[in-house]
Amino acid sequence: MIVEAGHFALILALALALIQSIVPVIGVRRREPALISVPLSIAPAQFIFALLAFGALVSAHVTSDFSVINVYENSHSLKPMIYKITGVWGNHEGSMLLWVLILALFGALVALFGSNLPSTLRALVLAVQAWIATAFYLFILTTSNPFLRFAHPPLEGRDLNPVLQDIGLAIHPPMLYLGYVGFSISFSFAVAALIEGRIDAAWARWVRPWTLLAWMFLTTGIAMGSYWAYYELGWGGWWFWDPVENASLMPWLAGTALLHSAVVMEKRNALKIWTVLLAILTFSLSLLGTFLVRSGVLTSVHAFATDPTRGVFILAILATFIGGSLMLFAWRASSLSQGGLFAPISREGALVLNNLFLTTACATVLVGTLYPLVLEVVTGDKISVGAPFFNLTFAPLFVPLLIAVPFGPLLAWKRGDLLGAAQRLIAAGVVALLALAVVMAWTWGGAVLAPLAIGLAVFVVVGALTDLAERTALFRVPLKISLRRARGLPRSTWGTALAHAGLGLTLMGIVCETTWNSENILTMKPGDGTSVGGYAVTLVGFSQHQGSNYRETVSTFNIRVGGDEIGTMTPSKRTFTTRGSSTTEAALLSRGFSQLYISLGDRNDDGSIAVRMYYKPLVLLIWLGAVVMAFGGALSLSDRRLRVGAPQPAKQPRSLQAAE
Amino acid sequence: MTRKQRRLVLIGSAMVVLAVAVGLVLNAMRDSIVFFSTPSEVAEKHVVAGKRFRLGGMVLPGSVTRGDNLQVGFVVTDGNTKIPVNYRGALPDLFREGQGVVTEGKLDAAGTFVADTVLAKHDENYMPKDVADALKKQGHWKDEYAKEAPAAPNAQGASR
Repeated sequence: MIVEAGHFALILALALALIQSIVPVIGVRRREPALISVPLSIAPAQFIFALLAFGALVSAHVTSDFSVINVYENSHSLKPMIYKITGVWGNHEGSMLLWVLILALFGALVALFGSNLPSTLRALVLAVQAWIATAFYLFILTTSNPFLRFAHPPLEGRDLNPVLQDIGLAIHPPMLYLGYVGFSISFSFAVAALIEGRIDAAWARWVRPWTLLAWMFLTTGIAMGSYWAYYELGWGGWWFWDPVENASLMPWLAGTALLHSAVVMEKRNALKIWTVLLAILTFSLSLLGTFLVRSGVLTSVHAFATDPTRGVFILAILATFIGGSLMLFAWRASSLSQGGLFAPISREGALVLNNLFLTTACATVLVGTLYPLVLEVVTGDKISVGAPFFNLTFAPLFVPLLIAVPFGPLLAWKRGDLLGAAQRLIAAGVVALLALAVVMAWTWGGAVLAPLAIGLAVFVVVGALTDLAERTALFRVPLKISLRRARGLPRSTWGTALAHAGLGLTLMGIVCETTWNSENILTMKPGDGTSVGGYAVTLVGFSQHQGSNYRETVSTFNIRVGGDEIGTMTPSKRTFTTRGSSTTEAALLSRGFSQLYISLGDRNDDGSIAVRMYYKPLVLLIWLGAVVMAFGGALSLSDRRLRVGAPQPAKQPRSLQAAE
Repeated sequence: MTRKQRRLVLIGSAMVVLAVAVGLVLNAMRDSIVFFSTPSEVAEKHVVAGKRFRLGGMVLPGSVTRGDNLQVGFVVTDGNTKIPVNYRGALPDLFREGQGVVTEGKLDAAGTFVADTVLAKHDENYMPKDVADALKKQGHWKDEYAKEAPAAPNAQGASR
């Protein structure tokens, strides 16, 4: 009954989305305020119905209603409650439902909190949102309906893929989707601006917080996914350049570029056309990501059973929205007015450079991701493009960008002073060189590039903090005054500095982990000892446990440093009876930002077991950096909200005129 | 600086970065791309020893031998041709006899495939797409491989 109600709610949401797609457009054309304000009540209603549908599916999973095919395929009555809930989006149908739910949520937010937007712009934004929503509701209802039932319900379900029965799955996909789908708002704003044929700084002021919000979620989502892969897949790797990962990295790169170009547009009213194009491209890449992941077109570490009807449907959605918006862009972009002038050496210039490198790096990822597909279609050759390709293309493009990062915030708008910025970065440069020298001396004869990269990472971190030190006149005035100044700085300044420093931290983690990671793979019997990265590891023994829907064999390891015991690690092998499959639960032991990592292989007949152990220096910085980046974004967002809510300056009549 | 000059600088720098990127991509495509082959294709094309590629097929039942020091030997087959594979290390959870596998490495002079990577797959029912296509093409596809597949869950939404 609840399931049918959910199905019905989803159909009603589709109907509402259809109304929301059409009515505001007619209203804007005929200039009828009554029609223009229609989506303001429909968008929240559509969200409520999508929520009802999602709630119905959650309740079917929670109550283990195996008459529903989706529940039967992905759940089991003995599965822990948390995984019954997260299992809702651990499968194709449920995750698409989550996708539209988030889409509807963002639409509702624009309808509810967009009262300071021009009414026609808001109506058109909501209409574009509804176009996307309609396409995806149709997709779910026709090809991926989660509410279908069996005629003869089975007694027990097939259980969720054991790899997905993990807390990482509870957080990672919703985060990622909030990011992916959040970019739909920037897209809708861009398309609405093109339809209206006008765009101004107020537009950018509106788009930026939404982009920032989506970017924050995407940043944390990618980091979460990476950490999940790291501890759950048992290989100690945290990034595989897998197409599915690239699918989330590409919108992130384009979104980061959009974030920066929107600043230029907001502050200087320049780069308008480019910003609109980026907004379109960013969401297009999100859609492409959805297509790559959902259509089963990829040969990927991510197993995906193919159903061509779905692939063709998503491909049609992709072609309609990307092709349509780009055609609209080509048709209307010239009608958008040109922006302000600036010298190449200026804050604007630095942000353009940032955009240039980010979009180019994004393009190389796109080539590396799609080339194998295109080649297979054209010649039939099957190739894989992996880490070596991206190390040779993506990395060299990121190096100049990273060098430039500390300079950007130190340059003035319109006309900057590169020499002056360089002088202020001398301290950062010296610290970076010192770090380089220390690392070089310490690892003499080892890797050459790695110390350089560490120097670069230190330069990025210290350079980001230099901006704060400059603004608070640290060390030049008494500390008390500096602190007062620090409190007075706009939060967005703190946000920028933190986000840039986070980038440096991530780089440091990546370099340390990939260069000085030590590995020890061997077979051990209880009582055997070995060492990895300076830690003595002893296998104590095995023990058996019974989990709610699995049996596990836990191996206990003793870890010692210089004779002192610092802890025990208990990696395990879990066997899930329903699917007859097993997973490896790796054990992690953090030492500062470094980690010891132990994961198990096969048990042999003679009682020994294959063990993989790694020592990963500073590996936690990779994800910490991402968290710092997202936190910087949050700070900047809190600043922005204060300003967006602030009363308009007296110049309003003029800016309205300019907008016409 | 006039609008025209500014635009020239912009376009000029964009061109330079793009040219560098294209150069990097072309260079990387020459060196770092790995082809996928089935055992039959390896035999037909006479792949030279030392060239890196991916070998995909089924693990021949009964062919897995384990030596000291985590040495593993097994045979990969597509029904027509068999290629012995050597690998040192721990195998992924889903490695099983009679199941699909993709390995990456090089042929040695004796015609043994020395793998340094055995790809982990998420699902016990999952047949790597390349392997499934190849098996279908050669008529060795058995329906039971696909039977479970449409219901197979995926890590997709999770994207790992």
